[in-house]
Amino acid sequence: MFSSLKSTIAKIGHNFIEGIWHLGAGGRLFFYILVYLGDSVRRPSLIVREIYATGVLSLLIILVSAFFVGMVLGLQGYNTLQKYGSSEAIGVLVALSLVRELGPVVTALLFAGRAGTAITAEIGLMRATEQLSAMEMMAVSPVGRVLAPRFLAGVISMPILAALFSMIGVLGGYFVAVPLIGVDSGAFWSQMQASVDFREDIVNGVIKSVVFGIVCTMIALFEGYDAPPTAEGVSRATTRTVVYSSLAVLGLDFILTAFMIKV
Amino acid sequence: MERTTIDLWVGFFVALGVAAILGLALKVGNLTSSNIGETYTVTAGFENIGGLKPRAPVKSAGVVIGRVDGIRFDAKTYEAQVTLKLDKRYAFPKDTFANIYTAGLLGEQYVGLEAGGDEVNLQEGDKITHTQDAVVLEKMISQFLYNKASENKSDNKAAE
Repeated sequence: MFSSLKSTIAKIGHNFIEGIWHLGAGGRLFFYILVYLGDSVRRPSLIVREIYATGVLSLLIILVSAFFVGMVLGLQGYNTLQKYGSSEAIGVLVALSLVRELGPVVTALLFAGRAGTAITAEIGLMRATEQLSAMEMMAVSPVGRVLAPRFLAGVISMPILAALFSMIGVLGGYFVAVPLIGVDSGAFWSQMQASVDFREDIVNGVIKSVVFGIVCTMIALFEGYDAPPTAEGVSRATTRTVVYSSLAVLGLDFILTAFMIKV
Repeated sequence: MERTTIDLWVGFFVALGVAAILGLALKVGNLTSSNIGETYTVTAGFENIGGLKPRAPVKSAGVVIGRVDGIRFDAKTYEAQVTLKLDKRYAFPKDTFANIYTAGLLGEQYVGLEAGGDEVNLQEGDKITHTQDAVVLEKMISQFLYNKASENKSDNKAAE
């Protein structure tokens, strides 16, 4: 009994130290990527290819889910707002919740699932099949050749995807509110424009999505780079990418919102 | 050959993103309507501003002609000092009346300006002296109840 207690405590300590080690190694990798960022900017074809892989290929899932999220917001919002006789405010509700929160957050979650896992699996397999070591052997830095372009592509793609998500979501809300339910189209847009502020709401949403882009891509890259070179190791790393990215996005969202909203 | 198609897709993607941000700014946000241009600043003191917030519209005859720039409490006069940024194109007489109105029953509050008859116009940094406070619902209800009660009393007296 005593020895099992001891081993439990040892396990907790081991996991804690392991976590700190990961954090430090991740920070070091982040620093290396920043250092090699300049090199990869000089080879735009690499970045373009990665934007295609992370951004363009994520378009479909982002756009379809955005449309449905907007439609659900429209339905739910209408249901509650009409009790207070202010169903025209549905445009405000849909636009503010999308631009401020759902746009960046849901896009980041989908991005982690769609693009983050792909990055982790790809880099994990590159490591497992010793492609990264081969590059090092040829004096090509894997950080500069493989990681930095993916990082930049993720950071560029994320705000674009989030902006598209918000815009398509608003159109989804419009589709439910105006043609289906019969809210006045003019009131829908004018009330929205009266309460959505460019600086306070839209720019803050873009800032959020840039931060989420950095965090999600960084977690995906690190987990792939750090994965044990086995089939099981890569699969576990892919799972960790989704879990850590989601947790980081939701936690960071609270912190960023607390900074942005002046009480 | 393959690279060109990828370039095309990425260009399409980036263009779509720029279009989305532009669409958000122009169609969803207030970038077009908040563009007032050159402004001048006047202040107004209110005893009670109710729920007025910074960036609330300033309207005259229902047309937006400016925005509330800032609200602070003046510890000397115990009044709220509201700074208004007004469009330079519109000049108002010195004895302009500033009211705080509510849009609709539960809507947001805004400042309404009613032009007076003075020949001298408001300048940058001037203070609007004629102001009317926001309507506080509780005050109105208590006044109404008080009036009702006193009416009843006088009715009773008359009956006696």
